[in-house]
Amino acid sequence: MANKIPRVSVREQEPAVRATNFEEVCYGYNAEEAQLEATRCLNCKNPRCVAACPVNINIPAFIQKVAEGDLSAASAIIAEDSSLPSICGRVCPQETQCEGSCILGIKGEPVAIGKLERFVGDWSLENECKSCVEITPNGKKVAVIGSGPSGLACASDLAKMGYEVTVFEALHKLGGVLVYGIPEFRLPKEKIVAREIDDVRRLGVKFETDVIVGRTITIDSLLNEEGFSAVFIGSGAGLPRFMGIEGENLNGVVSANEFLTRANLMRAYDDEYDTPIYVGKRVVVVGGGNVAMDAVRTAKRLGAEATIIYRRSEAELPARREEVHHAKEEGIEFKMLTNPIRVLGDEKGWVTALSCVEMELGEPDESGRRSPVVKEGSDFTVECDVVIMALGTSPNPLLKSTTKGLETNRRGCIVADEMGVTSREGVFAGGDAVTGAATVILAMGAGRKAAKAIDEYIKSK
Amino acid sequence: MFRIVEKRALADNIYLLRIEAPRVAQSALPGQFVIVRVDEQGERVPLTIADYDKEDGTVTIVIQTIGVSTRKLCALSEGDSIADFAGPLGNPSEFIHLSEEELKSRRYLFVAGGVGTAPVYPQVKWLCEHGCKADVIIGAKTASMLIYTEEMEKVADNLYIATDDGSCGFKGMVTAKIKDLIDNEGKSYDECVAIGPMIMMKFVTLTTKEYSLPTTVSLNALMVDGTGMCGACRVSVDGKTYFTCVDGPEFDGHKVDFDEAMRRQAMYRNQEGVATEKHNHKCNCF
Repeated sequence: MANKIPRVSVREQEPAVRATNFEEVCYGYNAEEAQLEATRCLNCKNPRCVAACPVNINIPAFIQKVAEGDLSAASAIIAEDSSLPSICGRVCPQETQCEGSCILGIKGEPVAIGKLERFVGDWSLENECKSCVEITPNGKKVAVIGSGPSGLACASDLAKMGYEVTVFEALHKLGGVLVYGIPEFRLPKEKIVAREIDDVRRLGVKFETDVIVGRTITIDSLLNEEGFSAVFIGSGAGLPRFMGIEGENLNGVVSANEFLTRANLMRAYDDEYDTPIYVGKRVVVVGGGNVAMDAVRTAKRLGAEATIIYRRSEAELPARREEVHHAKEEGIEFKMLTNPIRVLGDEKGWVTALSCVEMELGEPDESGRRSPVVKEGSDFTVECDVVIMALGTSPNPLLKSTTKGLETNRRGCIVADEMGVTSREGVFAGGDAVTGAATVILAMGAGRKAAKAIDEYIKSK
Repeated sequence: MFRIVEKRALADNIYLLRIEAPRVAQSALPGQFVIVRVDEQGERVPLTIADYDKEDGTVTIVIQTIGVSTRKLCALSEGDSIADFAGPLGNPSEFIHLSEEELKSRRYLFVAGGVGTAPVYPQVKWLCEHGCKADVIIGAKTASMLIYTEEMEKVADNLYIATDDGSCGFKGMVTAKIKDLIDNEGKSYDECVAIGPMIMMKFVTLTTKEYSLPTTVSLNALMVDGTGMCGACRVSVDGKTYFTCVDGPEFDGHKVDFDEAMRRQAMYRNQEGVATEKHNHKCNCF
């Protein structure tokens, strides 16, 4: 019988302290806390959480094992469906997926599935040897483009099947959005990301950084000259959008991608590193997703007064609820139902303020969310010296333009079916490059499905 | 890691580095650039390719020491390695798409300024190899700052030197030399390509506009990744915003908003000043 206790709270760094450092916000459960929280699970016969998980992890089964204290069994159950539990436990939007459908959540608080997954993942990184699996090489080569979540998942599954896999990464560091996008305080780079990548490397996967497929080499050269039997595209969605408003090219307006890349990938906040970052005194971040939250909290940590401006209301914020909650605790100001119309600057071309209008919610749009409408005559200005645009990203057109016969849709996303099969023979794709900016778990799932499809394709040849 | 196979001082504070990077050398074309990161702490610095050799798998870059990163790069010796060398990035020069007949019937004027002379070289060399005639003006403050004159001599149809102080060649700015060539020497050109400091490119385009001479410029905007991800290199061309890294680096010079481009280039100048001081301070310690 399930334990009717309240959800075990998770230990976190004090908001006032963490708003000045880049250490991880959440400490996670220890073994006792995890075991206790696991006893809350009802072990439903018809588990809604499993259906709500994009990769259908057998959640009640792994939680039962945590309750029993058999972490190795818990880890094995998760590993059947997910290759990155330490990461997904930290960055998945659990409130709209597994935890959002937990029966306990109807009257009280859902089981802390994300925190339990993270606990098991971290335990496994610490205590298990993932490369101990027997691998029989089959002599076939597969190329993976991009070392983000979809690429890593695809590469590790293929390596286990016996393929000789090479991952090509455009940047100097492996991990894709996990290293350039998501900040250290939410996802530790050395402790978690680098170790997940090391696990993939131990399976025999080769990594080549500084290779921009489409420029340094092409998909055709991989298939025709370098002897790869198939290619998986997991190049993500890296191109930032701007609003197209007046003053957007003033000094002090940056994309969230630029701001976060300087901070995360280039470690601009660390004096030992050479890359500069311009933070200013008052930062306004435009947008309401996870990237906006990451940017605004990074700005705060770098000493700025930081504000989120979002055109809908708080209920529509697409960011993870935990991030919004953490941001508020850290003293981030939220200006909802506000939309920028112009960036104002001084005579030298530096940002001085953002001119905005108030919005109200009208009829639901195609996304099902009520669309914001401008309130006439509601213009006002917000003083600031930095504006960060966090309006979403789209896939890089480079692969399409350099690969004959690779179809994309009007949003620039690669057209691929459920299994990652594209319009080009031998070329598979998954993750944000196909869906547009989405989640780590979906990208990972797509990478794993494509690995299966690639295996079938190569065997059928 | 990418090994430095050759290092040469070309002028005061200007160095040539030839780097072993077979994949980049194999794919490089005139007009493209690379991103270089000297070490783990280093910035990602965009540098236009100065030469490439597909046979021996090397790519040449020419660097002027202006900030921490360029100084660190130039402090390395032959045999040392740099952490990262990614490319080739950006679009190759438009003229590589022209047919042989078109190339043979066209006449180019290249205007090179300072360290920007280096990236002009592979373009003129490529045109020379494809039977296209190109005149080149190399501008510098003074004779000791001139680079690539011997190499250029071999591939240019006519080479003109212009120095501000008259210590070599024509005395005056490159813009005055352009006027001199067209007005006094009766030269005519189908296209001008200007590569050098922003301010030089701005004035070259103002000059060539008077002659309705189509002019291409290669912009050296600030960049982080160089692959389209950050947007630091935004530039206004004909009122529209482009990313220099993926849409350029070459643009129609008559349509570029140079004043904005120069202002944006200075965005991190204060911080860079601080970093340079810190770096100098560190260097003085040993």
